[in-house]
Formats: sequence, structure tokens, C-alpha cells
Amino acid sequence: MSDVQTHEPDDHESAYSGLLVNDAHWAFGTDFEDPLAGVDTTVPDGVDAKALAAYCLMLGDDALVLSQRLAEWCSNAPDLEEDIALANIALDLLGQARLLLARAAAADPDLVPALPEGSPVPDEDRLAFFRNDAQFRNVRLTELPNGDFAETIARVLLFSTWRLAVFERLSHSRDAVLAAVAAKGAKELTYHRDFAGRWFVTLARGTEESRRRLVHGLGEIWPLWPELFETHDVEHVVAKAGVGVDPAEVAAEVEVVIEQVLAASGVDRPQRGGLAGVQGRKGRDGGHTEHLSRVLTEMQVTARAHPQGQW
Amino acid sequence: MSSAVADHELEAHFDATIEHADRIEPRDWMPDGYRKSLVRQIAQHAHSEIIGMQPEGNWIGRAPSLRRKAILLAKVQDEAGHGLYLYSAAETLGVSRDELTEMLISGKQKYSSIFNYPTLSYTDVGTIGWLVDGAAICNQVPLCRTSFGPYGRAMIRICKEESFHQRQGFELLMTMMRGTDEQRAMVQESVNRFWWPALMMFGPPDEDSTNTEQSMTWGIKTHTNDELRQRFVDMSVPQAKALGVTFPDPELVWNEERGQHDFGQPDWDEFWAVVKGDGPCNAQRIVHRKRAWDEGAWVREAALAFANDSSRKGESA
Repeated sequence: MSDVQTHEPDDHESAYSGLLVNDAHWAFGTDFEDPLAGVDTTVPDGVDAKALAAYCLMLGDDALVLSQRLAEWCSNAPDLEEDIALANIALDLLGQARLLLARAAAADPDLVPALPEGSPVPDEDRLAFFRNDAQFRNVRLTELPNGDFAETIARVLLFSTWRLAVFERLSHSRDAVLAAVAAKGAKELTYHRDFAGRWFVTLARGTEESRRRLVHGLGEIWPLWPELFETHDVEHVVAKAGVGVDPAEVAAEVEVVIEQVLAASGVDRPQRGGLAGVQGRKGRDGGHTEHLSRVLTEMQVTARAHPQGQW
Repeated sequence: MSSAVADHELEAHFDATIEHADRIEPRDWMPDGYRKSLVRQIAQHAHSEIIGMQPEGNWIGRAPSLRRKAILLAKVQDEAGHGLYLYSAAETLGVSRDELTEMLISGKQKYSSIFNYPTLSYTDVGTIGWLVDGAAICNQVPLCRTSFGPYGRAMIRICKEESFHQRQGFELLMTMMRGTDEQRAMVQESVNRFWWPALMMFGPPDEDSTNTEQSMTWGIKTHTNDELRQRFVDMSVPQAKALGVTFPDPELVWNEERGQHDFGQPDWDEFWAVVKGDGPCNAQRIVHRKRAWDEGAWVREAALAFANDSSRKGESA
């Protein structure tokens, strides 16, 4: 951090002195800045802008909702190191969500909820805080309650393995914004997968109790796993246009990784079928579990009370 | 050479180190009282960071913008990091993190009373950053020069991050003051609630402070409670003016003669009630910490069992 200090390193007495000065060294800036400021957000030729935006919303909502869940661990984790690590993962996903929601808004302004005239709420926040649950496009895996630490680890392992495979392909997207988001995100997801993979093996081979909890937790989330590989119409369109990824195409390589972790852990694949939708509607269609509405109720309450608010 | 003579020489060396304002290091000889006093103070400080995660963590899920959510989550994460450095500094004195956590949960060791106040609106995140972190900085900046090396070095790093937090808190309040009338009223209401508890953070008036004198002789503490409180008031007044809020103290006025502000006294009865465990959130904070610690026990046991198992296999291989 020393490279961002503006004061003499030993000048601790004046820790207060920078308070009334706006300089360039505040973490997260001194004001809201468009995360895509200065980035060319032109939609590539031959790409359906609405499909691209819907796709960004899917990937953005996955990250946003899981980030919200993982942040619930803050001050509740088994030890300080895990508290910090889970917060890190939540922060990374939140960063990905901001970029993807901003990309969605830039590609299709019609997606962005309208607020009263003069509202200063930026697009990413309108999308995050002023859509209802049925407008969210996240897979249902991300919205489930955390369960215990083992269940959270199992979920982070499955989610980050899948998302890393998607992002590695997405880093070659014809859409320069998505390609850049994916390239940066892939590095983060590699760490998330590594963290979860290590803990998965540790819990599987730690004590009888940790193994029992891990097997139980994995079983709880397993029915939500197949949904991640089902190709939605939007994904079909963006994959064909060379800007998105058909998740069915990453299934085989994801499977290899998960099998490796299961083998190293001595844990069997759960024998449970995929969770049905409602009239076929699942997360990507806006069909969710009972949990999402509650997640959003908490997440959106302050923002919705102040549609003209400045934060 | 008898051990009495040796102790005498060691003590003389220790006293000389203190007198020259040099650092005492973990392997140096130190009087038992110094060690105990340090463990108490560093542990209390570490516990404050960890308990302090709760009042602000209370609003992570309800942060009103994604940028504010990121700022807040990163801040609370920093507090966990500060707790880590400080527990590590305490460990150099021969106590483990587990022992210290048990002492926190059982109420044998304390943490800063400020965290026994509730956070009732998102604005409190900004007010805590500005006033509570500001008061903490006033308390902690002199500790960067404290006589025990690992503590002083941890404090240098912590103070740098705390001043970031303070600026972020102040920036949130500034932004809200540019917002709606309702938001401006929220800022004033929050400042009204936190001003007096912030003044209490410097501890009781000097004449009632039991630990100050010895701690100052040993160079663990370098300023008295009242000195630091005065400094805090003098620094905060111009900031309140820049922000456009007032402090809820009719006695607060500039004293030309002293070149300092005169100000009223916090409600010390409330202070002692909170210290003794009857604050609005004392029980809640400890229950929360105890639940997280107890519910994590099986994870910590699993990690230990796995590490032991792996190292056994490593040896036999």
C-alpha cells in the first residue's frame, strides 16, 4: 500500500490531514465512476445487441447473487483467514457483476429500469436494485442459502470451475468488453477454484464430521448443477455470433476437473437428478427458487427507499 | 553470578531501552507486568477489530449501491486483517489466538465499547468511518511509536489503512449531503448518535483512569485520555463544518485563550454501564462471535487433522 501514500511515511501525526483534500488515491475513487468509462462499448457487427445485453445480465446476475450470499459469511467464518478469503471471492464477483451489468446497460438501454426524473442512480445500480426477482437471470445454484461451510465450499467449487471454463472461452469473445472482463475474471476464478478445491479435499479427508458435512452439502446443491450446462436461447444466439459461450460445450472439461477433485477426496458423485423448473422455466428464464426474493429484499431495501438518493 | 543480579542488570537494560525510546523485541527480557499489560492492550485491540466487523458488517447486505457495497466489504475485510496482525503481535508474547478468542468470548478480556452501539441506518457506516475511525486514529497514531516492536510495526500498517477507511466514511457523508433532504437529515441524525460514544472512545477522564500512569512510564501509552480527546475534538470541528453538520453539544465553543475547544462531558454513567456489559449490543456482539467460533470448530479441527495426516504421510514417504 505504501506506493499510494501521499504523505511522508513517518508522518503519522497527520493521518487526519488528507481528509478534506480530494486526491487520486482513494480506494474505489472519490465518487461514482462508470466502470466502463473510456471503453468502446460499440456492439460488434452482426451481433444482436439485445441478446448480448441479456447474456451479460445472466453472467452478471450469477456473480451478483453469489457475491451477496458469500458476503453473508463476513464475521461468521470458521476463522479469520477464511473470513478474509470468502470476502475476497465475494469482492471479485461483485467487481465482475458491476462490469457485466454496465455492459448490459450499454448494449441495451431498454433493459435499465426507469426511475423518477432527475434520479442520479447509475445504470449498474438500477439493474441491481430496481429489478424484481423474475427479471433476474442468474442460475438457481447461486441463490440458495449458504448452508454450512462445507456446503459453501462445494458450491464455490462447482460454480468457479464452471465459470472459469466459460470465461476462458469468453476471453476470445468478439465483444472486446466481454473479452476483457473474462480475461480479468479468469485469473480471479482460478484462485476461487483453488481455494475451494483445497478446502474440499481438506474437509473430505479431515475428520468424520467434516466428511459427513461435505458429502451432505455437495448432495444438497447437486440438483442445481445440470442447469449450468443447459443452453438457453440467448446463449445459443450469442455463441453463434461469436460473442458468448454455449455452456454445453464446457461440460466435458468441467467434468474432468470435478472428477479429479472427487477422486482426490474419495467422495462419490451424488446420485441425484437435476431440479425441475416450473413449466420448464429455470433461472435463466427468470424462474427462481423461493430464496431469491428474500435475497433481493435485503439487498435492495436501502436503494429502493431512496430512488433519488446519491451514494 | 546470582539470578538476582542478572535480573537486576536485565531490568536496567530494559529501563534504558524504554528511556531511549528504542523498541523492546519479543526475545528481549521484560518485566512480567509489562508483558501482561501489553497482552491485555494488544488483545483488547485485536478483539476490537474483530467485534468491530459486526456493526458495519450489518449493512453489507443492504448497501445502497454496488460501489458502496464493495467499499464496505473491503473495509470489514481489512478489519479482519488488522485482527490477524494484532493477534500475531500478541502471539509473540506467548499467548495463542485460540486462548485470546476464548478470553473474549468468556468476557475475561474486553474490546472497545463503541462497538456495543447499534448501526441503525446505512449512514452509520459513514459516521463510523469518519468519527469512530477518526477517534481510533487519534488513539492509535501514537502507538506507532509504542515501545514493543511488533505492536508498533503492526500499528503503522493499521493506521495507514484506518486513514483510508476514515476518508471513505467521510466521503460517503459528503456525498449524502449533496443528495436529498432526507439523506441530509439521516447524516445529522447519525452524527448525533455517534458523537458522544466517539468521545468516550478515549476512555474515562484522566483522574479516573487506572491504567494510564504505568502504561505511560513503560512507553506502551504515550498520551493521556484527555489529551487525545481534546485533539480529536479540535480536529473534528472543522470537518463537521465542511460537511455541514453540527455536533450535539451546546457547550462546544472555541476558547481563544487556550487555543482549543471547550466541550461538554459525555454521559460517564452510560459509559460505565456499557463497559460493565449493559450497553445496547454487548450481549449480541459476544453471542455472534461465540456462535461463529463454535460453529467453525469442526472446520478448524478438520484442517488440523488433515494437516497432521498429510505431514505423517510426508514423513513416511
